[in-house]
This record gives sequence, structure tokens and C-alpha cells, in this order.
Amino acid sequence: MTDEAPSWRPSATRETLARRAALLADVRRFMAERGVMEVDTGVIGRAPPAERGLDALSVKDAGWLAPSPEHALKRLLADGSDAIYQLGHVFRAGESGRWHNPEFSMLEWYRPGATMSDVVEETAALLATVADTSVVERVRYRDVFREHVGLDPLTAGPAALARVANERGVAPPGAPADSRVFWLDLLMSVVVQPRLGRDGPVCVSGFPADDAVLVEIEPADARLSRRFEIYWQGVELANGAQELTDPARARAAMARENEAREAAGVAPVPVDAALLAAMDYGLPASAGVALGVDRLLALMLGHDGIGAVLPFAWARR
Amino acid sequence: MAQFNTNQFKGGLKIILDGDPYTIVENEFVKPGKGQAFNRVKVRNLKTNRTVERTFKSGDSVEAADVFNLDLQYLYQDDEFYHFMEPNSFEQYQASEAAVGDAAKWLKPQDHCDVTLWNGVPLQVDAPNFVTLAVTETDPGVRGNTSSGGTKPATLETGAVVQVPLFIEEGEVLRVDTRKGEYVSRATES
Repeated sequence: MTDEAPSWRPSATRETLARRAALLADVRRFMAERGVMEVDTGVIGRAPPAERGLDALSVKDAGWLAPSPEHALKRLLADGSDAIYQLGHVFRAGESGRWHNPEFSMLEWYRPGATMSDVVEETAALLATVADTSVVERVRYRDVFREHVGLDPLTAGPAALARVANERGVAPPGAPADSRVFWLDLLMSVVVQPRLGRDGPVCVSGFPADDAVLVEIEPADARLSRRFEIYWQGVELANGAQELTDPARARAAMARENEAREAAGVAPVPVDAALLAAMDYGLPASAGVALGVDRLLALMLGHDGIGAVLPFAWARR
Repeated sequence: MAQFNTNQFKGGLKIILDGDPYTIVENEFVKPGKGQAFNRVKVRNLKTNRTVERTFKSGDSVEAADVFNLDLQYLYQDDEFYHFMEPNSFEQYQASEAAVGDAAKWLKPQDHCDVTLWNGVPLQVDAPNFVTLAVTETDPGVRGNTSSGGTKPATLETGAVVQVPLFIEEGEVLRVDTRKGEYVSRATES
């Protein structure tokens, strides 16, 4: 190791910073015109989300840096807020790479009374307005997975999924052989996702319900969650859902996720009692979506990662 | 046994996979917002030079390969090995024909080479980028043609054959670029 001083200079050029400022202003204008009110809830929460694939950063003696403002925004909805959004920084432990930074900017909004398809349309409208691009395709997870992997993700067992992963040479050592969620995540991220959105943003909906937490289950088919993702140039840009309102299901899902964490050798997390209390009080039926602002800007400017659009990327913090 | 966690992965890191030493060429962190994180890495096998892609669960550890490079002086070749010496410690190393590979045709005793060692044994020998070698055999020179024009093959003292300008004669000493296998100039004795 060298003990060279880290560069004090920014990762983004001044021109890029100007584009960034313009994008943030465009997003705020779009939201204001549609009557979505900006809120700025704190970045430190009492408990992190209980999800197997998400690790929050803890703050000594204070709590956890929010990996998304979801819990705080849902408490505002339960309190009676109408459509709201937050545009701010979120934090995720260990997520560092070309398209990841442990601290990044997220736009997240919720509309009480809206359905998932309303929010898909609103996300498409946002992309058309601020990024001058349109969602070119709407596909079902099941179809796109079958097309690229050759298996039905709703019926395939872990052994069949593992076999395809091995055939494609993408199975990692030490994989939890009997975890369907693990193999679905692997094949989706490594085989399917890189091929999505080459001609423009693509909306994929109807994800398997196996790891759904705060998301409604499809009434007609309990194997599916009412969740969607938008991919552009093989990059995950937005994730949205019809939001779960039933607190009993939320408790059960959080317990299941904590069990999955323990099975993977990761410490379980305290569940967010304030969120559950708000859901006990009554969360209105709503739909919401979260969008990675740095990724959107990088894709708009033709960069092959978010490093060039962050004022100071992680290595220069 | 030293280990590297996936969060230490970067280009140039040397690791052991299936018992062979590899160098990481490219590392990509892949993770869905909801779900498991992976590292997709391109790795090059240091014995075969073949590049393959591998996937790891993020957070897992991989055995570190005890691989490092030394500047060694080439001494001589016998039936089995090419012999090298570390010029400061005088410690000697024996490199197999496989480790020397294509560098063999440029090796002249006393020359210095960059040698990659794995567990203390030479894994790969890189010839110096430029070597100075005498011509042992070539067709007679063409008088009056001193600069441009055609080329002809010349055999050098190590057995390597390079294309040289027509005016080069047997016994002349040449400077050769080993990466391209090309004649550069006549060597000026200093």
C-alpha cells in the first residue's frame, strides 16, 4: 500500500455538476407540476429494513442510515399525507462498484389511491420529461426470464435453476444450493439483466413473491408480487410496487427475511416497530417507486458507471 | 494462508482458483436493489494465460496466491532448466521450459529478465523489452542500399530469426524489440 494522499479533486467535471443540478431541478419541477409534495425526512432511522439482500450502515449510538426513505414516507402516508416524494441521499453498506456507491441519490415517491400501473405510467412520464427517453417495452418477469434462461421462474425448483447456472458457468462457489431466491437473483442479475433495455428503458413486472417484503401479492396468483423494475442499458434504474398494507403480512415477511439472513450467516436486524405501528394504524392503499438518480444521469450522459456523475465518488470521499 | 475478500478484488490481484494461480483482469460488482450481491470477475490463469469469467458471492473470501516478480539475471540452460540468479542475494532459480516459453529465443547469459514466481518457483519469464544480439547468419549485404528497401531474415546468436534491412552483415550486433520480434537498429557499442 502507498500512503499517497487521496485526491482532493472532484470525480465529476464542472460541466457534469451543472447537468446534475439541472436534472435535480427538472425532477422537482415535474413533481411540483403533478402535485407531489417534497418531504425531507431524516437519514437516520431507528431500524433498517429487514431484507436479506440489504445491509444498512449503522451510526454509533444513533441508529441506521436509511437505505431508502420508504419507512419514513409510509409513516407520513399513514398520518394522512397525500402524494409525497423525497429526493436525497441513501446509504447501503458494501455496495461499491461501477454502478454502485455506498452513498447515492434516490428519488422515491408514493401516491395514495394509485395502482402500480399508475406509477409505472408516471415513471415513464418522468423519464420522458427529464431524460427525453421513453419506456419502449413492458414485459413480464416470467416471460423475460424464460426467454433468456429457458426456465419458468415460477415453477422451476432450486436444482433446475442451479443446473442452468452451472451450464452457463455463472454459479459461484459456496452457493446455497436449495435457495430458490438465490438462484433467481443470480440468473436475473448475471444472465437476464445485462440484455435488458438496449433500445431504451424497459419495464419488467410481476416478480416472484418469494422475497417480497412490503409489496402486495398478486391476488390472482400468490406466486407473484406486484412489483416492477425499470432497466435501461442493462442497468437497474427504478423499483416500484403496489405497497403492502397488511401489517400481519409485513411482520411475517420481515421474520422470514431475518431467518434468511441468519441462514446466510448474516446478523438479523431489529424490525422497525414504528413502521409496523403505522401499518397497524392504517396505511392507505398506495403505489410507489424509487429511482437511482446518479444512474439516470450517468445513462443520460453516456457514462459507463456513476463515478463520473458523483461530485466525490466513494474513493474520493 | 492469506485470503482476499471480494471487496478487496481489483485488477492485478493474484488469487488461487482450483489450485492454479490467477490474476484478476476485471472485477464487476453486481447487485439487484432487492437481492444478493455478486462479483463477476475476469481472471487470467498465470500458467496457461487463458482468461475466464467467474462469479463469487460478495463477501466471500478467496485464497491469495503467493505470486511476485523479481528482476533475475539469466545464467545458462541445461537439459532440464533455465537457470537464473538474483544479482544481490546470488540466490538461484530454475525455470522450466514451459515457464520460459517464447522468451527462450531472446535469452542471452547476463541479461536481466522480469520473472514471475509462484511459491518461490518461476511461473513466467518475460524477456527484456529490448535485447542486443549478434547476427550469426544472414545472406550477404547489398552494397549501396543503406537505408530503405527490402528486408531479409537474419539468425541471431540465441537462434531467433528476425527481419533485418538488406545492408546488415553477419557478425553485426543489433538492437531488437522482443515484444514485436522486430529489428530496431544497429547497436552502438558504448
